[in-house]
Amino acid sequence: MIMGAVMSEESRILEGYVSLPYKWSMGATTTRFFEEFKNKRIMGTKCKKCNRVLLPARKFCSHCFEETDQWVEVSQEGKLRTWVTVNFSYEGQPKEPPYVLGIIDLDGADVGLPHFVGGIPTDDFDEIAKKVRIGGRVKAVWNENRTGNILDIDYFKPVD
Amino acid sequence: MGQAVAIIGTGQTECGKRTDVSYPELIYEAVGRAFEDSGLSPEDIEAVVSGSMPPAMEGVANPHLYWVDAMGAAGKPLIRTATCGSTGMSLAHTGFYHVASGLFDLVLVVGAEKMYEGDPQGTMATVAEPFFQRPFLAGAPGIFSLQSNEWAHRYGLEEERVRMAAAQLSVRNHTDAFLNPYAHIKVKITVEDVVKSRVIAYPVRILDVCPGSDGACAMIMASERMVKKLGVKPAWIRGVGYSGEEAFFGEGDKVVWQSAILAAKRAYKQAGITNPRNELDVAEVYNPFTFQEMLFYECFGFCDFGHGCELVENGVVMKGGDLPCDPSGGTLCTNPIGATGLQRTAEAALQVTNKAGDHQIPGANTGLAHAMGGLDQFNGVMIISNSL
Repeated sequence: MIMGAVMSEESRILEGYVSLPYKWSMGATTTRFFEEFKNKRIMGTKCKKCNRVLLPARKFCSHCFEETDQWVEVSQEGKLRTWVTVNFSYEGQPKEPPYVLGIIDLDGADVGLPHFVGGIPTDDFDEIAKKVRIGGRVKAVWNENRTGNILDIDYFKPVD
Repeated sequence: MGQAVAIIGTGQTECGKRTDVSYPELIYEAVGRAFEDSGLSPEDIEAVVSGSMPPAMEGVANPHLYWVDAMGAAGKPLIRTATCGSTGMSLAHTGFYHVASGLFDLVLVVGAEKMYEGDPQGTMATVAEPFFQRPFLAGAPGIFSLQSNEWAHRYGLEEERVRMAAAQLSVRNHTDAFLNPYAHIKVKITVEDVVKSRVIAYPVRILDVCPGSDGACAMIMASERMVKKLGVKPAWIRGVGYSGEEAFFGEGDKVVWQSAILAAKRAYKQAGITNPRNELDVAEVYNPFTFQEMLFYECFGFCDFGHGCELVENGVVMKGGDLPCDPSGGTLCTNPIGATGLQRTAEAALQVTNKAGDHQIPGANTGLAHAMGGLDQFNGVMIISNSL
C-alpha cells in the first residue's frame, strides 16, 4: 500500500492504493473446459434431469441441483442474442474501447455465452449496427496461441 | 407475516462529490436526520442493519465496522447486507425481517456509498467471476445496454422510438431532481440534448446513465406496538418481494425478466394489490438507465409486455399522470449505490406520509419502491402505504 497526501479546499485527501494478488482454483470441470479450448473445442455438460446443455461446462445444474457429468461438444457457430458497443473506459478493461460485446447462443447449448464480437470496423456506430444484428449468425475465431482460457477465442465473427 | 412493520423516520444526506466529510461523517449526517425526523435517539434503537457495495468501492473491507460509531451501533446487534445495486432494497428488507420476526421493535437501517473515493466501474468488474464473464460483463452500462437492445428487438420496437421515450424519461428525471434537496445532478436538459449526448454503450448515451455519487440514507423501522406507543402516523410496509437469478448472465431471460416479475408479484400478493396501475399512486422505480425503466414497467404489470414506451408517450408515468414514477429525480440523477435502494424506499415513505415537500405527489396513499442489483440478477420490491 502506497500513501501520500494532497490538499483540497474542503478537507485533505489521503491517496492510497490497494492491490492484492489472488490464486483462483478452477476445479476439474472448468479445467477440462479450458483444456478443450486448446483443441478448438467448446464443450458443455448436459443435465440428465432437465436435458439442458449448460455452457460453460459445469459440475452441477443451476436449476436441478443435479451433478452434470455428461460432456457434449457444442457448435462453433450460433446466433447473436444481443450486442452492445462499449465506448467507456474503466480500470482493468480487457481492450481499448470502442469494441463490441455480445451474448452468443451457440447451436447445441442452452446457455448464452458472453464474448467479443469482432472482424468488423468499430469506428462508426452506424456502420457497426449494419454489420451486427440480433439473430444474426456468428462463428468463433480462435487465437493461434491458445493457453486454455476464455480469451483463447479471439472473438465471434458475423458470418451472414 | 409476523408483526406489522412501519417506517417512522428517514434521513438523507445531500448527494454529490462530498469531499467535505469522511465516510463515517457522511453516515452520521443521514443517521442524525433520521433521529431528528423520528424524535428518537440512538439509545432507543435495538438493532442496526447496514450495507454498501463490494468494499473495493471505498477500499475499506467490512465497512460496517468502520461505520459503527456513526450509527450509534456499539453494543447492539449489527449486520451487513450487500447485494450490489439492490443493496439499499435488501437493507430495507433485512430491517423489515428484523422487526416482522418479533425480535426487535425499533431497528435502524443505513445504506451509504462514497463513489468518488475509488473506481466504480473497476469495482463492479470484480463482481463478475474471473474465469468466464469478467472480461465481458464489467461496467454497468454495457450490461444494461445488452438487455435494452434485446428488449427493443424482442418486441420490434423502432430504435428511434425507444430512444425518444428514453430521452423523455431523462428530461423528466433531470427536471424533478431540482425539486429534491438531496439530489446530485441538477442540470437543465432537453430531449435534443439527450439524443445528441455522447454514446457510452450504444445506443445508451451519457444523459441516459446515472452518475456515481457520495451519499447516505438512514431509516428507522418500528413494530405496530411501538407505533401505537409512540403515537406516530407512519408509512406502513405492506408487502416485500425479492428474487434472484442464476450466476451466468446468458442463462436467464432478461427481457421477460423473472426476478423483476417475481419480486413484484410477491410484494403485490402480500399487499393485496391486484391492479398495480390503478392501486399505486406513485412508484420509485430504480432507473440507473432510462431504457431499463420501461422494461420494469412491463415486469411490474404497469402495462403489457412490449408496451413500456407507451406509458412514457401517453404521460402515464409523468407528473400528473395515472402513475407518476421517480418524482425524486430517481437513481438517474442520484446514485450512491449502497444507499440508492434505501432512498427509493425513503422517498416512497415520504410520498405516502405527505412529507415529500416540493416533489410531493398530491394525495399519494400507496407507493412502490424498487431496486435491482447483482450482475443484472436481483430485484427487490416494497409496497408502502399510509394505512395498514
